Amino acid sequence: MIRLRGICRTYDLGGRPVHALADVDEDIAAGEHVAIMGPSGSGKSTLLNVLGCLDRPTAGSYQLEDRDVADLSEKALDTVRRHRIGFVFQSFHLVGRLSAVENVELPMVFAEVPRRERRERALAALDAVGLNERGDHRPDQLSGGERQRVALARATVMDPAILLADEPTGNLDTASGRQVLDMLDRLNDDGLTLLVVTHDPNVARRADRLLVLVDGRIARRMPAAEIHSLDELFAVGDAGSSTDNGDEDGEGS
Amino acid sequence: MRLGDTVVFTWRALSRHGLRTALSLVGVAIGVSAVILLTALGEGARRFVIDEFASIGSDLLIVVPGKVETTGGMPGVGGTPNDLTLADAEALERRIGSVRRVAPVAVGTETVSHGARSRDVALVGSTATFAEVRRLTVGDGRFLPPGEARRGGAVAVLGRQVADELFPGESPLGEVVRIGAWRFRVIGVLEPTGTQIGVDFDEVVVVPVATAMRMLNRTSLFRILVAVTPGADLERVKERVVEVITTRHDEEDITVLTQDSVVGALTGILAALNLAVAAIAGISLGVAGLGILNVMLVSVAERTGEIGLLKALGAGRRQILAVFLVEATVLSAAGGLVGLAIGYGLAFVVARLVPALPTAPPLWAVTAALSLAISVGALFGLLPARRAARMEPVDALRKGS
Repeated sequence: MIRLRGICRTYDLGGRPVHALADVDEDIAAGEHVAIMGPSGSGKSTLLNVLGCLDRPTAGSYQLEDRDVADLSEKALDTVRRHRIGFVFQSFHLVGRLSAVENVELPMVFAEVPRRERRERALAALDAVGLNERGDHRPDQLSGGERQRVALARATVMDPAILLADEPTGNLDTASGRQVLDMLDRLNDDGLTLLVVTHDPNVARRADRLLVLVDGRIARRMPAAEIHSLDELFAVGDAGSSTDNGDEDGEGS
Repeated sequence: MRLGDTVVFTWRALSRHGLRTALSLVGVAIGVSAVILLTALGEGARRFVIDEFASIGSDLLIVVPGKVETTGGMPGVGGTPNDLTLADAEALERRIGSVRRVAPVAVGTETVSHGARSRDVALVGSTATFAEVRRLTVGDGRFLPPGEARRGGAVAVLGRQVADELFPGESPLGEVVRIGAWRFRVIGVLEPTGTQIGVDFDEVVVVPVATAMRMLNRTSLFRILVAVTPGADLERVKERVVEVITTRHDEEDITVLTQDSVVGALTGILAALNLAVAAIAGISLGVAGLGILNVMLVSVAERTGEIGLLKALGAGRRQILAVFLVEATVLSAAGGLVGLAIGYGLAFVVARLVPALPTAPPLWAVTAALSLAISVGALFGLLPARRAARMEPVDALRKGS
């Protein structure tokens, strides 16, 4: 499903190049649930953006569903984002002036799905996240957990192949965070490939396997069940970068 | 993204910032209403003039001293034309077959008084034929007596309003009024006729032409009005008039106006003026466009996060461009419609206040103002919309969160 080879992403920060991603190789199979952890500035979000076709790597090749993203036109990338990729953000990114159901309809608006079908599918998606009663509420009338569930409905309404979640529970209390994570798990059980960037070991533990990013490199690959504490993870980060045997571990699970 | 969806999406964005939207509309609304109101007034003025000169009658020639040269200049300005005299007027009547009536006219301003009451009036000197040529009717008494133009009697015919002001509640017939230093017997009062060619005949005093020329110390007539026999060829008569006067003066030093030539010249001038006024008002639409540009730039900056999100959801550059372009266009179109309503409203009020002025916004101005407003919105919306479309989704998401 996803095949990264030698991916680099370099930013120009006031004339000085910053290597947000440096030589990342990784394969992610369809239906996998992968957690990505790492200290701030380690390149987690950049990796997610590259995977989501929001950002293009400066070097390396990225194959998504057997197509090389570098070969795709901008228009084709729009289509990929529209149909194959769903995003969930820490800060929800709901459009404040639109109701919940209208937010869920947005991707279908760009895909030019007919109005009636749009509404039906949006309501069904809200139903799936347990918000069928709240469709006409605006985001500021919803709790944080409800907002993230609306965002989740929006991310899945186009029936994507991959769901990318950037700190999905970062702004939520424990209870509603758990609710959202349960929903993500259920989607993954139904075959959705799930990539979750997080700081929270409890979130990461739900994944099949874990990638630890340090300074733009994959420093460690391990089964998610082996996660104990953050300190331990990041402390051994540098040591782990030399061992490059994580691929087989991950794909087997 | 379908256009209908884009418009709805836009509408939600605009209605959220009601005040800001309204304020940015105002500029366009003012521009459009200015175009509509000013062209309505201009059109009103044009129709007014046409109506006025239509009242001259299509069978009338107006002989004016002085030649309008092809190089320009006004009648009577430049060169020293010979006097246009009573003898000229008599010659026209005698020598041209298809002339029905000739009315020599002298004009000045004098003070007319009766007892303690007095007022300034337009003094018109003419002959008995004047009433017929100008289509005036006498309400009380009679008009100037027919007879030789040179015999200047001391009789006067008052306009209705002059009569009412000098003789409130009584008949002025047979009474004596003082005009300047002269005394006149009132022999008639005109029916109310209102304004013709800029002269309010309710506010004139008509006296015999010879008397008026002596009073005003003039040697030349102001005009000679020539009424042509119905069915006669106006151009032919016009040529004959020029011939006769040229023979008498040894040079061509008069101008002959017809209703058509006057109306044609004036409407030409007024149409040009109207266009100029519309263009100036149109400039204000350009200024309004800057307002839209400003609001749209703010809107794009404010919605950076949203733009990033839309891109993440699969919106292409074209779709983002369309969203903001439509937003700017909807803004300016709404402003245009508001301006349309205001413009028509004001034109209606003016029409009510000044019934004589037939104000009506011409269709070309309305169409031009509206389409200009909409294009201004689209044009000035282009820069912010392109800025939005070119945003990198990652930057946009990061800045907007």
